[in-house]
Amino acid sequence: MFKDKKNLFNLGLLGIFIWMLISSYSSSKRKPETIGELFTDLSWLGNWPKWLDLPLMPWINKWFKALNENYGFIFEAINNVLLAMLMGLKNFLVQAPWPLVIIGVVILAYFASGKKIKTTVAVGFCTFFIGFLHPRFWDKAIETTSIMLISIFLCLVIGVPIGIWMSRANRVREKILPILDLMQTIPAFVYLIPGIMLFGLGAVPAIIATFIYAVPPLVRLTDLGIRLVDTEVTEAADAFGASKKQKLWGVQIPLALPNIMQGINQCTMMALSMVVIASMIGTRGLGDEVLLGLQQLNVGRAAEAGIAIVLLAIVLDRITQSYGETLQERNSPSKKEKK
Amino acid sequence: MSKIEINNIYKIFGNKPDSVMQMVRDGSTKDEVLEQTGHTVGLDNVSLKIEEGETFVCMGLSGSGKSTLIRHLNRLIDPTEGEVIIDGTNIMQCNSEQLMDWRRNRISMVFQRFGLFPHKTVMQNVGYGLEMQGKTEDDRDKIAMEKIEAVGLNGFENQFPNQLSGGMQQRVGLARALATNSDIMLMDEAFSALDPLIRSDMQKQLMSLQSELKKTIVFITHDLDESLRLGDHIGILNAGKLVQVGTPVDIIMNPADDYVKAFVKDVNRAKVIKAKIIMKKVNEVNGIDKSNLIKVHEDQFIEEFLPQIVCTNANCEVVDKSGNTKGYITNKELQSSLTKS
Repeated sequence: MFKDKKNLFNLGLLGIFIWMLISSYSSSKRKPETIGELFTDLSWLGNWPKWLDLPLMPWINKWFKALNENYGFIFEAINNVLLAMLMGLKNFLVQAPWPLVIIGVVILAYFASGKKIKTTVAVGFCTFFIGFLHPRFWDKAIETTSIMLISIFLCLVIGVPIGIWMSRANRVREKILPILDLMQTIPAFVYLIPGIMLFGLGAVPAIIATFIYAVPPLVRLTDLGIRLVDTEVTEAADAFGASKKQKLWGVQIPLALPNIMQGINQCTMMALSMVVIASMIGTRGLGDEVLLGLQQLNVGRAAEAGIAIVLLAIVLDRITQSYGETLQERNSPSKKEKK
Repeated sequence: MSKIEINNIYKIFGNKPDSVMQMVRDGSTKDEVLEQTGHTVGLDNVSLKIEEGETFVCMGLSGSGKSTLIRHLNRLIDPTEGEVIIDGTNIMQCNSEQLMDWRRNRISMVFQRFGLFPHKTVMQNVGYGLEMQGKTEDDRDKIAMEKIEAVGLNGFENQFPNQLSGGMQQRVGLARALATNSDIMLMDEAFSALDPLIRSDMQKQLMSLQSELKKTIVFITHDLDESLRLGDHIGILNAGKLVQVGTPVDIIMNPADDYVKAFVKDVNRAKVIKAKIIMKKVNEVNGIDKSNLIKVHEDQFIEEFLPQIVCTNANCEVVDKSGNTKGYITNKELQSSLTKS
């Protein structure tokens, strides 16, 4: 029964392949006059023949156009929601006095790092230096951070549940892993362009692109984290009659949290690098400054903006990373004692 | 009726266990099945009965299926075929609700590597089963504290498991299993990860707890001394098959096959055999030299009175609690019982 299904599936794949061959041949403008010529004139075996060309490009363009025309309102709705969130966050941070923002970041770092003074002071100075490098950078850094935070929020809301789902069902895992591979290997520009067409220039396609680029490590590490929870511990939860929900929230997620935090950290770092690339599609922010420096061959300007990005990365990394570390210490307090 | 009845359990690990069942039923060995189909036979037609209030020890080398067997009792593993009947209910027919209820209230488990929750304190760990039962935090802490005291961990209740030594961690595991007040307790190689001194400590503690609580305990071990010490009955597993079930003395005196023989070969018999097992009953004895007799209680182990006999070259008179003579032991009986077969 199972084997039959597999055979049927393979037969289906073969059918699709043959259909592709036929459609590429029939839609090609440079095919021979008659099929008979293929057998009499064998020169097509030398160079790759012009007619053996899968018309994927027109297909995708057609499909994409139809998508845009028929379902444009969906993308517009998404666009509006994301833009509203982004604007709200950005305007709040921009309008707040800058010393208050720095103090806020410092307080966040203080508690996230488990009250480590060293980390907190370093984070505070890094934040200060972003504006100190060039006053214009302050608002731009806030814009960049806002785009990232919205993307990371999307990553969390979508990525973590998918990771949990993967960890529970091998079949889901098998199907999602190749998609993650695809998301990580496909060049960012390939989905930046359709992003512009669907959402217009600006911040929203950047958010979508950042999401696509940054979510795979979070999904993977969530899945891994839950799988790495000691089987005996999950067995113990089962043996005492925990329901699936109780096991997930009471045991698996708390124990996977250091790994999930590592995922969020990775997600943040990747999001930052993507936000820079996204400046190429007109997203404003620190990446914009690098691009300007590049266009004007102004080494100093590009370097200044580059340093600002690194500082921003350090701030975000320290906050997310050290939160993961404090969690880990909580789970293995014996290590803490040795220090 | 027995407390736990396991009837013709088969467990096969692999992609399509059902396809291999016929082969296993026809008597193929574990190795044959593995070679021909890639499936692993975990349990092969195991049936046994466990009585209420006894400690049943299941023994075997690693890979013999003992951990698999114990997990069938709370259905952490489902059998390929067969039934498990506890108190007259076939737990294979329970739906997931009933099963959860069952695990919360009736059966608890202690794990080899403790299975403690590293993110919870000792108190919270011990109270976990109670939390699952839906008790309020106050009730939980009260009962948990009692159990923590019962296993002698007072003062450690707010520590995390990683701050405790192995022996203490297993005490937490034990307290957690005791806290739910279940009538059945499963112990999966509970003391195997502990060093010998602490292990014998824990065995003593378990025995003294058991003498009060009278739970039905299913204990898994690969250590024969441990099983002889703790078990009212012992079942020996080899390659998924149950090769012998009996009392400790049965196993030592009449090993069923070479596998069991190899197991019991190095046992210190004097430590396990009681006087009443080897004595000759009063009515069977004639012509014993009664001039030089040592009084021995019937439940004493040979080890305890052997030195006396060796020194005085006397015979033994075996008496029960009220002092009645039950039988006699001469050098001949001692010799035959202590000689390795």
